[in-house]
Amino acid sequence: MSRKAKFLGGGLVIVAALAYLVYAGVSQSVVYFVTPTELGAAPVAGKSYRLGGMVLPGSLKWDPKALNLRFTLSDGQASVPVRHRGTPPDLFAEGRGAVVEGTWSRDGYFQASTILAKHSEEYKAPHDASQAGYKELLKTLKDPGGKP
Amino acid sequence: MTPELGYAAAVAALVLAVYGSAASAWSAVKGRADLRLSAERAAVGVWLLVLTCMALLVYAFLTFDFSVRYVAGNTNLGTPFYYRITAVWGALEGSIILWAFMLSIYTLIVVARYRRTQPQLYPWVLAVMLGISAFFLLVITVPAPPFQRLSPIPPDGRGLNPLLEDSGMITHPVALYLGFTGFTVPFAFAMAALIIGRTGDEWITITRRWTIVAWYFLSLGLLIGGWWSYHVLGWGGYWAWDPVENAAFMPWLTGTAFLHSVMIQERRRMLKLWNLTLIILTFSLTLFGTFLTRSGIIGSVHAFSQGSVGQFFLGFLALVVLGAFSLLAWRLDRLHAQGELDSIVSRESAFLLNNLFLVAAAFTVFFGTVFPLLSEAVKGTKVSVGAPFFNLVNIPIFLALIFLMGVGPLIAWRRASSENLRRNFLRPLVIGIAAAAVCRLLGVANALVLLCLALVVFVATTIALDFARAARARRRTGDGWLEATWGLALRQNRRYGGFVVHLGILVVALGVAGSQAWSTQTEATLDRGESMELAGYTIRFDGLQAAEESNHFKVIGTFTVSDRKGPYTVLTPAKKFYPQEQSPIAAVDYRLGFMEDLYLVLGEFARDGSHATIKVQVNRMVSWLWIGGLVLTLGAALAIVPEPRRTPALPPGAQRVVA
Repeated sequence: MSRKAKFLGGGLVIVAALAYLVYAGVSQSVVYFVTPTELGAAPVAGKSYRLGGMVLPGSLKWDPKALNLRFTLSDGQASVPVRHRGTPPDLFAEGRGAVVEGTWSRDGYFQASTILAKHSEEYKAPHDASQAGYKELLKTLKDPGGKP
Repeated sequence: MTPELGYAAAVAALVLAVYGSAASAWSAVKGRADLRLSAERAAVGVWLLVLTCMALLVYAFLTFDFSVRYVAGNTNLGTPFYYRITAVWGALEGSIILWAFMLSIYTLIVVARYRRTQPQLYPWVLAVMLGISAFFLLVITVPAPPFQRLSPIPPDGRGLNPLLEDSGMITHPVALYLGFTGFTVPFAFAMAALIIGRTGDEWITITRRWTIVAWYFLSLGLLIGGWWSYHVLGWGGYWAWDPVENAAFMPWLTGTAFLHSVMIQERRRMLKLWNLTLIILTFSLTLFGTFLTRSGIIGSVHAFSQGSVGQFFLGFLALVVLGAFSLLAWRLDRLHAQGELDSIVSRESAFLLNNLFLVAAAFTVFFGTVFPLLSEAVKGTKVSVGAPFFNLVNIPIFLALIFLMGVGPLIAWRRASSENLRRNFLRPLVIGIAAAAVCRLLGVANALVLLCLALVVFVATTIALDFARAARARRRTGDGWLEATWGLALRQNRRYGGFVVHLGILVVALGVAGSQAWSTQTEATLDRGESMELAGYTIRFDGLQAAEESNHFKVIGTFTVSDRKGPYTVLTPAKKFYPQEQSPIAAVDYRLGFMEDLYLVLGEFARDGSHATIKVQVNRMVSWLWIGGLVLTLGAALAIVPEPRRTPALPPGAQRVVA
């Protein structure tokens, strides 16, 4: 075998190995983006999904002691019950958009491993009504009775 | 007046850059020195005008000129003084100005250095660099004008993105952009070499130190970015394979490949075509990164400002890629290798493999980043691949690269004899395996960590043995140990700078392996006075306090931590409430250590302070990343220092024998 053929052969083997690596990587870690309607139509247990929707008002249940978070994501047509263990992220609230990543459980709910709340970049006037909430919070915490 | 002046300066700079680029090219065609002089003056003018733009924007920020939309969007009356300066590059418009400014500085240095020494290449280099400047100035004047007026003028601004209120934001973008723009210099020299048809090694010899400079800054930028992610974002990690990170990582990978393959061309006059391709690729990837992150085509979670900027970058990227590769095709007949590969077991093939793996890594990062687009275009399904993909694919590639890092610098050129292999690699290999075996016996069970450790020890031993041999050889000439070592590092600073960079990478690799394998975390809701335990730490929740800062409210949790030996520290993670933000921002608190960091994030809490949820992480060996990064940048700095002239010069193709 000529030198050139040897180099070419060796290179091809490595490239093939890398290609297999990419293929295996994709098939192991692919995440499907779905809406509650799409997921509701054909849920497959064990498959990784990224599910986006609105947190249905009134559905949010947060048990701080057990760190259990339950809520329902809806797209207006279908809704999916979601469970998560851990603190809800800062942006997370009822009536807001959220994206969760996780798997469909056989017991009929979506087990989220991560919650990605959606940021909106729109301009917001600084001194708006939400300020009152912060002021009140500040007051309760500054109140001597509230201190340890 | 400020915004109008700034806009006028940007337009004038654009006109001058276009003129200078054309004049410089024309001067090269016609050999007219007067035109060349005029183009040089234009380059100085561009620098002055962009400097004016920067200064005016800083002035607008310092004086709270909310009539400027960009100022109103990125600062408010409460923004502290120094963050008002860094806010200048806190968003797209300002960062493009920063980019243009750095490019104009590089252009001036090129003018000062090469106008006399490189009479043939230089006019084309200047033309290319001013042409690229013109593009960025066009972006400043048309799709992303930082001086746009806002009407009516708001009483207060929106404020800087709270995540950017951090000292890392002073240095991170500056270093990153110095890195990105730094690759313009070798790219411009490569294009100039193709245009005038001198496709030899000249452009590489001239620009090799420039490439190290760009690489140094890009590495620094990535490191500071990782540190920022770690101590600001509050998720306890330093790298998330986020499109923004990938965008900066891809040119780093191809740039690293380029730094290695130029050595083959210098020594063996091979890989001419490959080196040109690599530098075009690296430069294109710096543009692609900006396109990717600014066009809004990627990133369903990360919100970027969108607009026509993406289209401008895509257009320019297409122009650069098409133009550069057409030039390459035109000169293809002059790009034949003068040397050829002799054996598979040789330094050339070790470097080739290194290049193959680095480019493969860049490709997989690219593939993973644009995968959602590809999938939607090809199959119509919306999917993505996350961190697991990047980790799975890149871990084997990087382990292979670490192995090659040990082999490449020591294996013989052309053809390595079994004697050469035995002398250089037998001992390191044995020591590497032994080190892993000892760690296994000491209780390290993670196979990946053990493999990484064996490789790291192998490479470190090759470097140590090589250095010891060379130092011993110098000692025979009468130097003391210290003199011998120091003299060696200075005399062959490029080689030993490279070794120091390799050592830095080894430390980083151990940090990555250790932190991935051994970090642990938990989350709990604690009543006031209640404690929890993790990895030997006992953490007691002592209560909440509130504080009012200039531009936000802060709720601070106090946690008393003790370890096995007794009281350890008090940590105060907080939540910051910015009036302009929809939600609070977590401010983590941590105690860094050599082997492990304790890292606390405050979660939900009761308003009366009776209980709070806390996330506790014990992150192992993360400090190794920062230490390794520091070593790496020191090594790069050592390699940048001009090398003292060697006498006698080695004949081409000769191997410096290290006794």
